[in-house]
Amino acid sequence: MKEKYLVNARIIDPKNDLDEIGGLIIDSNGLIKAVGKKVANGNLPSSVEKIDLKKQILIPGLVDMRVFVGEPGFEYKENFRTLSNAAVSGGVTSVVSMPNTYPVIDNVSMVDFLKRRGRDKSKINIFPAASLTKNVDGKQMTEFGLLKRKGIIAFTDGIKTVQDPEVMSRIMNFASQSNSLIMQHAEDNILSRNGLINEGEISTRLGLKGIPFLAEKIIVERDLSFLEEYFCRYHISQISSEKTLAVIQKAKKDGKNFTTGVSINNLSLNENDIGDFKTFLKLSPPLRTENDRKALVEGVNSGLIDVIVSDHKPQDEESKRLTFAQAATGASGIETLLPLTLELFHNKSIKLKKLISAITFNPSKILGLNKGSLDIGNDADLCVFDINKPWVVDKSKLKSKSKNTPIENRKLQGQVLKTFIKGEIAYG
Amino acid sequence: MAIIKKLKAVKIDQNHLLGIQELSFPQITEILKQAKTFITLNKSSSKKMDILRGKTQINLFFEPSTRTQSSFELAGKRLGADVMSMNIVNSAIKKGETLIDTAMTLNAMHPDIIVMRHQDSGAPNLLSQKVNCSVINAGDGRREHPTQALLDALTIINRKGKVEGLKVAICGDILHSRVARSNIYLMNMLGAEINVVAPKTLLPHSIEKLGVKSFTDMKKGLDNCDIVMMLRLQNERMQGSFLPSAREYYEFYGLTPDKLKLANKDALIMHPGPMNRGVEIDTNLADDINRSVIREQVELGVAIRMACLKIFCKKS
Repeated sequence: MKEKYLVNARIIDPKNDLDEIGGLIIDSNGLIKAVGKKVANGNLPSSVEKIDLKKQILIPGLVDMRVFVGEPGFEYKENFRTLSNAAVSGGVTSVVSMPNTYPVIDNVSMVDFLKRRGRDKSKINIFPAASLTKNVDGKQMTEFGLLKRKGIIAFTDGIKTVQDPEVMSRIMNFASQSNSLIMQHAEDNILSRNGLINEGEISTRLGLKGIPFLAEKIIVERDLSFLEEYFCRYHISQISSEKTLAVIQKAKKDGKNFTTGVSINNLSLNENDIGDFKTFLKLSPPLRTENDRKALVEGVNSGLIDVIVSDHKPQDEESKRLTFAQAATGASGIETLLPLTLELFHNKSIKLKKLISAITFNPSKILGLNKGSLDIGNDADLCVFDINKPWVVDKSKLKSKSKNTPIENRKLQGQVLKTFIKGEIAYG
Repeated sequence: MAIIKKLKAVKIDQNHLLGIQELSFPQITEILKQAKTFITLNKSSSKKMDILRGKTQINLFFEPSTRTQSSFELAGKRLGADVMSMNIVNSAIKKGETLIDTAMTLNAMHPDIIVMRHQDSGAPNLLSQKVNCSVINAGDGRREHPTQALLDALTIINRKGKVEGLKVAICGDILHSRVARSNIYLMNMLGAEINVVAPKTLLPHSIEKLGVKSFTDMKKGLDNCDIVMMLRLQNERMQGSFLPSAREYYEFYGLTPDKLKLANKDALIMHPGPMNRGVEIDTNLADDINRSVIREQVELGVAIRMACLKIFCKKS
């Protein structure tokens, strides 16, 4: 490929503490060759092709740590091609895919399959997570060593939580020896059994069985206790309540080393949005109170929460057109991750650099990837966006195969203009 | 007929009765007013009217029910509608059909009213978005059972003349009870003071925010009450351990003559049925014709349902 010169952009790269008007050069191998204010029109040969970004913002491509793809088994909900199209239209260039497929990603041959499909059908970088336990049943741990050798960078049971404390302690012990990253969806199955939404006034009014905040807190407390004995790389996939955040705050104060994520849904919506049984807002973890939402926003602001994820969970319309109790859980969200995150900047909740870091560099660092920054020599995975452009979410225009957005008709500010992957324009 | 026309002061535009929460005060008084006229009719020798002649009413019951279903059936028939009752418990749903598909199938037969009971909260709301006819909620999950609350109010008015200013105690399994929720909304709107009495494990989260006082001590909860509304222990909805035993429950939360003494002398005993005698209520108290209005509740239930069918049946 030819070298590309991106000029006249506002470049924000949290890792390198960069926020300046400048340019970026992509070399012929699709790598970042130079970046910053020195890359300006005047310094460049006049003969080369330049892409004028007109002062729009250029950031590293987004790294989304929690994405569900329907392959294999649920191709009618999302396949690699549709996921890829959805991702690039939202500026996302790397994703960690969850292992809750059919069959489950719990062995090396499945990983091979995913890597091949991902490579052939999608433009984005797919980093499959393998399950912690065989068939995500919480009993027998998977072959961490062999899976790691196949390139697995993270282990999680995705929508499931390892319930058995003995199994979990052994997993953490074993993971500490192989330096594997464990990502836990924190939910006590018994406390949350048949639960549908946050336990509180709304669940009482709607007559829906509640999921107490304790279901999340108790697992986080348990795992953080294990972490005192077994020093593994531990990441809480996403938290939903203020009380859990308090546990995290205390553990950090005690010097424990772990990281935490939050779904953009829990930062942008609360239980009141469920209204008259809107099944598109049936999520796990559930949307909680406005107080919880505010606490989580503050958690990102203070750095207690490291990562914002889309928790992109495509569900076909049929599985949502049911009573609330029977409807499927989860929301599509990879395309709106960036604009919803920007909402927290526009409403002055969180500084822009911090937000961008939570969707680029922080996840990349936790995963141990050379992504999420504009380091020289990195793949030129980039996102260019207009931070002010207003638009309204219209589910019929979503690229994802499933249209279960929880924010239909929401007015957003900020839209992706261009996405580059390995130096090639993948969108815009 | 003249009197009914005169009472048509409040126009109720909506076609669905999904819950008390969705009703306004004037709508409630209108339903109660119209129901009163049907009480006398139901006692007369000729009970048939032609208000709903030519209309089709489908009773769609996904949960077993005796009194509510027969009450709705009778109410529809007395108003002249063609009534069909369907028990879905062992029908299409078992074959994998969704609620919406079942609803669309029935909708194609052009019913005017669907009366639905469903084990999932919010099911009637979903149904009402998909069909052209009126939807009347005959109980959904733990959410609402509006006609039960309305007939309770009518029973109270019939005996006490009003609801306003009365003190109502709702006792028992509040957590799983749609009757409790509908009654809390309705009695609040009608100006009663409400106590809920239950062990903590059977009280829903934040119940006080619905405008009630909650008590775990039944003696305190019954103090000075005019109405004692007992609820059934819903064993079929209980997963796990909510209570040590039925024996302990009866000891502390069963309505006995001793506990009833703490309520007002002329306090009425109510129960939506079916009763578990000796579990939540002393069997003699349940049958005490001076105190118990349980039979009357059933009787007035038909009148309330006639009023609701008449008012909410879609006007075309």
